Amino acid sequence: MADVATDVLEVIAKQAKVEPAKVARETELADLNLESLDTIELIFSLEEKFNIEIPYNANEATTAGINFTTAGDVIDAVAKLVAEQKGSAA
Amino acid sequence: MNRVVVTGLGVCASLGKNATEFSAALRAGKSAIGPISIFETDGLITKIGAQVLDFDPAAYFDSNKLPLYDRCTQLALVAAREAIRQSGLDFRAGLGARSATIIGSGVGGQTTQDENYQRLYLQGLKRCHPLTIPKLMINAPCCHITMEHGITGPSFVIASACSSANHAIGVAFQMVRSGMVEAAVTGGTEAVFTFGTIRGWEALRVMAPDTCRPFSAGRKGMVLGEGAAVLVLETRERALARGAEILAEIIGFGSTSDASDIVMPALDGAAGAIAACLQDASLAPAEVDYVNAHGTGTAANDVTETNALHKVFGDHAKKLAVSSTKSMHGHTLGAAGAIELAATIAAMRGGFIPPTANFAGVDPQCDLDYVPNEARSGHINVAISNSFAFGGHNAVVAVRRA
Repeated sequence: MADVATDVLEVIAKQAKVEPAKVARETELADLNLESLDTIELIFSLEEKFNIEIPYNANEATTAGINFTTAGDVIDAVAKLVAEQKGSAA
Repeated sequence: MNRVVVTGLGVCASLGKNATEFSAALRAGKSAIGPISIFETDGLITKIGAQVLDFDPAAYFDSNKLPLYDRCTQLALVAAREAIRQSGLDFRAGLGARSATIIGSGVGGQTTQDENYQRLYLQGLKRCHPLTIPKLMINAPCCHITMEHGITGPSFVIASACSSANHAIGVAFQMVRSGMVEAAVTGGTEAVFTFGTIRGWEALRVMAPDTCRPFSAGRKGMVLGEGAAVLVLETRERALARGAEILAEIIGFGSTSDASDIVMPALDGAAGAIAACLQDASLAPAEVDYVNAHGTGTAANDVTETNALHKVFGDHAKKLAVSSTKSMHGHTLGAAGAIELAATIAAMRGGFIPPTANFAGVDPQCDLDYVPNEARSGHINVAISNSFAFGGHNAVVAVRRA
């Protein structure tokens, strides 16, 4: 679980072009100046890194119960998807 | 400056492989969106699209010509044949040198490109088919139209993503209006149903899993479509002199750039193109009856477009009938402007207003009359057709009933 958290924070930091130390569970993604394209690139990087599928649709306010307000939300969503999709990815 | 009229219209799209079928489907509010069947969709998240089903190339093309034609060229040639036949014009009899062929396409020969990559990278084959390049080049649909019909005036493809066809029609309109040419064959074509292309679109996270519901509550994004539409334009004077049937009159064209975001639309860019079109057409906002919207069914476009219409039309906005025929024929990208102008002209001639299909409920942020689900009887006298593309290319065409 700690590995997932560290890796997720690293991916977010890379997308936001900040030092990983600057991104913590409580960090709000909005404060990192992530725009709409950044968000879909972030989702792409997370999917690639963890070999999961994140059911994100840019037209929906919430996606299948996933809320990406804070970095902690992202960690929790990724951890859940990793557990659900383990062994089912090609 | 010449007045510019439409004397031929051809369509080969998901709602119909000719203009008559196409018009009937629009009037019936029929949606051509369904499961993708022209390739295997295993593994794709997006499995729906508006395809040109039961299209048999051998029925339209000789076996010696077919190897030259990507699917997008095939659809364009079929639509061009119908339009030119209806116009009654014989370009080889001298008019060809004084006519332009301006076609829109977003990406051209995708099927050919995809097949070629599979041969080289996947199958490790050593060589590709010699006609690969002439087949996939984006200008192919245009040059084959000139070759089949003997049109020797200016010709090229215009590519501006989802605005390509409106730009092509707008440029052709300007060429005829200015007297640079006497006639023009114009329109657009797109055929992008390959596994790789759909994967690419999925990655943008704007594809609807269920259907296309422009302006509706619960809309979940875009659905792709394929198809072509072609129009023959000529000066009104020339058309009248030869007793041709005039289908409609193109009266204006407006074009702006958002210069803002690569995918998100900008209000000022969209409103600016609509306003520029009205000005070019010398139209007061209150004269417009119908708007064929860009209406992709994304959260972003539909709100921005609604706001742009409010901004330009003011109080009159609420009196407009606004519909997105993408709800029925899908988003045909580089062909969209042509297929949607064809829909508008079909509706003008047929005495109906095309609906926005799949409308499930009102979104408070989209508060105009979108003609939900059922076509309405009525006369459209003046209409505009909007295209607002990725990259912020905005193009709007105005048309008047003949």
